[in-house]
Amino acid sequence: MTTTTVLSEKTPAHERRNPVAAFVRQREIPVAAALVALVLITFAINPLFLSPQSVKDLLLNATIMIILAVGQALVVITRNVDLSIGSIVGLVAFGTGSLFNIAPGMPIPLVFLIGIVFGGLLGAVNGLLVTLAKVPALVITLGTMYIYRGILSTWAGSKQYFSGDNPKEFGNLSVDTFFGFPIITIMAVVVVVVVAVILGFRRGGRDLYAIGSDPDAAKLFGIPTGRRVMAAFIACGALTGLAGILYASRYNSVGALTGSGLELDVVAAVVVGGVAIFGGSGTVVGAAIGAVLLSTITSSLTATRVDKFWQQAIVGVLILAAIVIDRVVSIRNTRKLRVKEARDV
Amino acid sequence: MELFHISGGSGSRRGRRIAAVAALAASVALVATGCAGSGDATSTDSAGGDSPGSIVFLPKQLNNPYTDVVLGGGDTAAGEIGFSASTLGPLEASASAQVPFIEQATQEGANVIVIAANDPDAVGPSLKQAREAGAKIVAFDSDTNPDFRDVFVSQVVAKDVGLVQLEMISKQLGAEGGDIAILSATATATNQNEWIKYIEDELASNPDYANINLVTTVYGDDDADKSFKEAQGLLQSYPNLKGIISPTTVGIAAAAKYLSTSDYKGKVALTGLGLPNEMREFVKDGTVTEFALWDPAQLGYVAAYAGQALLDGTITGAEGDTFTAGDLGEKTVGADGIIVVGPPTKFNADNIDDYDF
Repeated sequence: MTTTTVLSEKTPAHERRNPVAAFVRQREIPVAAALVALVLITFAINPLFLSPQSVKDLLLNATIMIILAVGQALVVITRNVDLSIGSIVGLVAFGTGSLFNIAPGMPIPLVFLIGIVFGGLLGAVNGLLVTLAKVPALVITLGTMYIYRGILSTWAGSKQYFSGDNPKEFGNLSVDTFFGFPIITIMAVVVVVVVAVILGFRRGGRDLYAIGSDPDAAKLFGIPTGRRVMAAFIACGALTGLAGILYASRYNSVGALTGSGLELDVVAAVVVGGVAIFGGSGTVVGAAIGAVLLSTITSSLTATRVDKFWQQAIVGVLILAAIVIDRVVSIRNTRKLRVKEARDV
Repeated sequence: MELFHISGGSGSRRGRRIAAVAALAASVALVATGCAGSGDATSTDSAGGDSPGSIVFLPKQLNNPYTDVVLGGGDTAAGEIGFSASTLGPLEASASAQVPFIEQATQEGANVIVIAANDPDAVGPSLKQAREAGAKIVAFDSDTNPDFRDVFVSQVVAKDVGLVQLEMISKQLGAEGGDIAILSATATATNQNEWIKYIEDELASNPDYANINLVTTVYGDDDADKSFKEAQGLLQSYPNLKGIISPTTVGIAAAAKYLSTSDYKGKVALTGLGLPNEMREFVKDGTVTEFALWDPAQLGYVAAYAGQALLDGTITGAEGDTFTAGDLGEKTVGADGIIVVGPPTKFNADNIDDYDF
């Protein structure tokens, strides 16, 4: 894949000739390199960091974040943002607990289906408001964030569902492994691959980039922008729903506060992973790597006994670095395009 | 033509950026006002028309199962006394979040304010104002600085709580002892810090515990996710760790969930303060042998009666004052205005099914 702006598909010929340079210029590479460096340094300080149990914990911790980051990336690429995902995770996780409470024998695949549809519906509400009201998604989803959280607080009150209330198989789902890989991590990888293929090679996926690069031009070009943005929000909601179910399986309790504050972590992961916050470029693979990087930082700072304060500071520095890199790349691309076009006229 | 198109595009993009900045500013304002509003969960249940006064409960945080049991006891007592009772509080257990609720209670003219402080000093100035307005201040669960309240209702003697946890871990580790760590709530939580201090002092002074080595104290901020990861981090950083004490209900449940699903299950002992309903699963599957707590309902119950006694002048908060706390009988105010409810209860596989809270 080239750097995935619509504009840069017309990459100048001299760049295309050097695949190594093009590869290094991929936005995912610095993030992946940072991740590898982080793991190696932590391993050097504390060899237990890569013990089988720890690796499993690392993967499990990252799994929910990966799925959330993929959903968020879809929305951010269209030059929107979804801040309500923390509340959606809470609603779906608590809903999962309630389902098992009402019908203890309910088949687990059905629970997944219900949770994903529930999340998709909540995402559809966001999508409808954003496309119909023509108000920035930042404001709309900030509103739905509080509304969804309010609904959850009323619904849950101080009621909590504990892992003991769920069927044993449901709790085991988040720790069972398949040839050493946690099953839910495999699930997350499948999600990343499927969404990456759609975004990279399918018409509907490419349209999202066009909309994010320049919504007006996309509309003039005949792209059904409203429908595509709506689809991105629904997909984000559905993936968030999936994450909510996994949350209920992974953690001990779900209640009124489940998932609060998660939205900013996820947006941070997406930006660090090279998805431009103003839309139009970035990949879900990058977003997923960003998610793994941020969740690994937490674990490695804990494993090396570094003060928690530094963790937040480091995340902040990463976000700023990602934004600066993004600006530099896009300014350079624009300049190159101008020069090229001037020559062609 | 192409050139024109592109510059037009970037021009409108600039316009949109200004719009985005405006939207951002608007939403920052929204968040700022929303924050003040979002914690505004109140519940009022008036108990009888001709009431002897009003009592306001200010727990550390609402929608917390432990808090609910405490408040249940408080409501029972308020009903018996005839107080009109209400509960105010933030949804998040942070130091400053309680201040606006204290101010609200003062404005509403509350006669008794019962508070569990998230921070002993942050709530001080607003409690002072409340007292100037005539309210009696009863601290419960977690004390404020003694200057800011009339009495403090303590679950149990703080020293006993610290020591019972040390006793349990020592018993579970057996004769050879080993490294232990503490997984606490927030770094500023008054009660946890006091218990931890007693644990540290006892470890240093009591030869029975000479073979137990406290390696670190970490803080999960009473957040399930954070506590879960702190438990992971402990086991990663200290390969020889033999036991964890978690003197907070959120922390012990999160640590138990992690241990029960990891290779460390049964190899690392876990004890502390937990709620029987949250811990039942882990006691039955063998992750946890024994943990302790007091009956939280009694705490709220005694606090409400202490409020009444202060209000009608039966006690002033001086050492040696006595009052009757409903069904629980006579309670005495100790040194520093501290009223003790009762000894901690230990829960294990034999008795856990007898409790439902």
